[in-house]
Amino acid sequence: MKDVVEIRWHGRGGQGAKTACLLLAEVAFNSGMYVQGFPEYGPERMGAPITAYNRISRERCSVHSNIYSPNFVVVVDETLLKAVDVTNGLKEDGAIIINSEKTPEELRPLLRGYQGKVYTIDARKISEEAMGRYFPNTPMLAAAVKVSNVVDSDHFIRDMEASFRHKFASKPHVIDGNMRAIRQSLEEVCAG
Amino acid sequence: MTIRNRLSGNEAIAYAMKQINPDVMGAFPITPSTEIPQYFSTYVANGEVDTEFVAVESEHSAMTTCMAAQAAGGRAVTATSSAGMALMWEMLYVAASSRLPVTMALVNRALTGPININCDHSDSMGARDSGWIQLYSETNQEAYDNFIQAMPIGESDEVRLPVMVCQDGFITSHAVENIELLDDGDVKRFVGEYAPENYLLKKENPLAIGPYDISNYYMEHKKQQAEAMKNAKAVILSVAKQFEELSGRSYGLFEAYEMEDAEVALVLIGSSAGTAKETVRRMRGEGKKVGLVKIRVFRPFPMEELAETLSKVSAVAVMDKAESFSACGGPLFAEVRSALYDLERRPKAINYVYGLGGRDICVEDFAMIYGQLFEIAKTGETGPVYRHIGQRELGGDR
Amino acid sequence: MIKKAGEISELTPWQEMTIGGEIYEGGTSSLVNTGDWRTMTPVFHEEKCTHCMYCVPYCPDSSIPVQDGKRLDFDFMHCKGCGICYKVCPFHAISFVKEGV
Repeated sequence: MKDVVEIRWHGRGGQGAKTACLLLAEVAFNSGMYVQGFPEYGPERMGAPITAYNRISRERCSVHSNIYSPNFVVVVDETLLKAVDVTNGLKEDGAIIINSEKTPEELRPLLRGYQGKVYTIDARKISEEAMGRYFPNTPMLAAAVKVSNVVDSDHFIRDMEASFRHKFASKPHVIDGNMRAIRQSLEEVCAG
Repeated sequence: MTIRNRLSGNEAIAYAMKQINPDVMGAFPITPSTEIPQYFSTYVANGEVDTEFVAVESEHSAMTTCMAAQAAGGRAVTATSSAGMALMWEMLYVAASSRLPVTMALVNRALTGPININCDHSDSMGARDSGWIQLYSETNQEAYDNFIQAMPIGESDEVRLPVMVCQDGFITSHAVENIELLDDGDVKRFVGEYAPENYLLKKENPLAIGPYDISNYYMEHKKQQAEAMKNAKAVILSVAKQFEELSGRSYGLFEAYEMEDAEVALVLIGSSAGTAKETVRRMRGEGKKVGLVKIRVFRPFPMEELAETLSKVSAVAVMDKAESFSACGGPLFAEVRSALYDLERRPKAINYVYGLGGRDICVEDFAMIYGQLFEIAKTGETGPVYRHIGQRELGGDR
Repeated sequence: MIKKAGEISELTPWQEMTIGGEIYEGGTSSLVNTGDWRTMTPVFHEEKCTHCMYCVPYCPDSSIPVQDGKRLDFDFMHCKGCGICYKVCPFHAISFVKEGV
């Protein structure tokens, strides 16, 4: 792992990209890392494009600017590919992870010449199968962990399970659904 | 004992308040400080604190609630930002001149307009002459640590002034980062009990505060207030020393970062200092002797100490996250350049206004400024003194 | 050290004034000599007074002391010489004369 891993999240207001970003900070924290998790704030409107950021490192990172050259980009909604320059500044030795039913090869032409790795994951299908509703952030979080490798996958599964058991003690079906979504996402991330 | 955790800056302040368990909180919500009373009211509702939470109808009333509680012999806290603090304006002065050590968590946000919710220091810089002690924080950790130190400073007999603990709106207030928390018991022992000699509700000796002062008395009370602010410097340092013994984290009036042999330096306040430190590390790695001074205490202003620290550099850039529309520089610049006046050999000084309304500043921007400082040091030509960075310019990069 | 309001005057240096102008006792306005504002002075003629107490509540400055059901002579430290008592007395037991020098 590099000194500081920088991740940029693109989502739409209401899709949980900020929550996923804060959850990633939490799982990295739980594995002993120094973390930053922060969304870019403005008027908060359902459906408007939003950006959130993670810095994950072994030593405390003092930088407090936004992230312009991320190692990884996570796109929670593929329709953003048209509206937002999601690969702007993305390192060529990094990767982009997109929520889509399409393959990486099908999406690459939309990435404005980005030459690095492209991953896709069908978060809608996984979420609807595992949880009965569309919550893209859990599958996207799992995909981000798998691709960025900031946290070991087994450690991540144990940690998320403990966290869900704590938060949803009275709703075991929520725990099971989320855990199924996480396991399935870790397996189904599709490399291009 | 320290507890490893990860919290946003607002969570950290609310947690410090919970550990302190003040008598009264008077607060009205305003972005980006809203989460502080929100989280704190949860502690109140859950019975985790004994605090009387007063949900007021405006910030003016929030401050008067705090002043009344403090005058009655209680400990009062509030949290606000930007226009919220502006609505407290008159009461800020009354709290300070009545010598009521209220503690405020200020989450810095641009003081409008055009209306904007993001960070700059125009709210607290506007209040710099209100008589409040001002502590600024680079990180969530510093916001937490400063808030715990605020009461022993403000309530000290030689000081008796209200304290504003500032942190950068969103940049630290809403960013989750690692933090080391103190044990509840340690915090309680550190802040102690508030036990003023006189208070409104002391039945054997009732107190009246806030009298009308005719000219024959006013100047004497203002002189007292000015002396109290001078006394605050030593108290801030002694509280910091005790805090270091407890936490292992050391604080001064400012942080001198890589300043021992620095040839050029930045002076700045708040979260951007962390970004600039990364620039310093990178440039030091290239053998360039750069340093920075991060102001923690803006009121009282550490004039002599700062002059001493900057006495050996050739050029300094003072970074203001606030305009003062003086047409010749920002508020921090005015203070720093004044501090340099008494030096026999003064560095060249320029001013950059940056980061207004949440405009970002990055490691590379600071590297560019250090480059300009080396150029000034080499040529002896200061060029324009009053500069802005980060705004779009005709013919510039978009 | 608690300073009484009566110990502070326009000659007191800032070091000896109470912090922020705090006042540590009640009723401090009785310490202020407003009697020297008078240009006219009420005079109490005890022989004509029936102690009806009509004048007492009319006095805007509580300058007519009462003891055991009888009014006493004026409190001249606080009487500002407004003359209301002289106007309202039904028995002409109060006259109103020019203040001497």
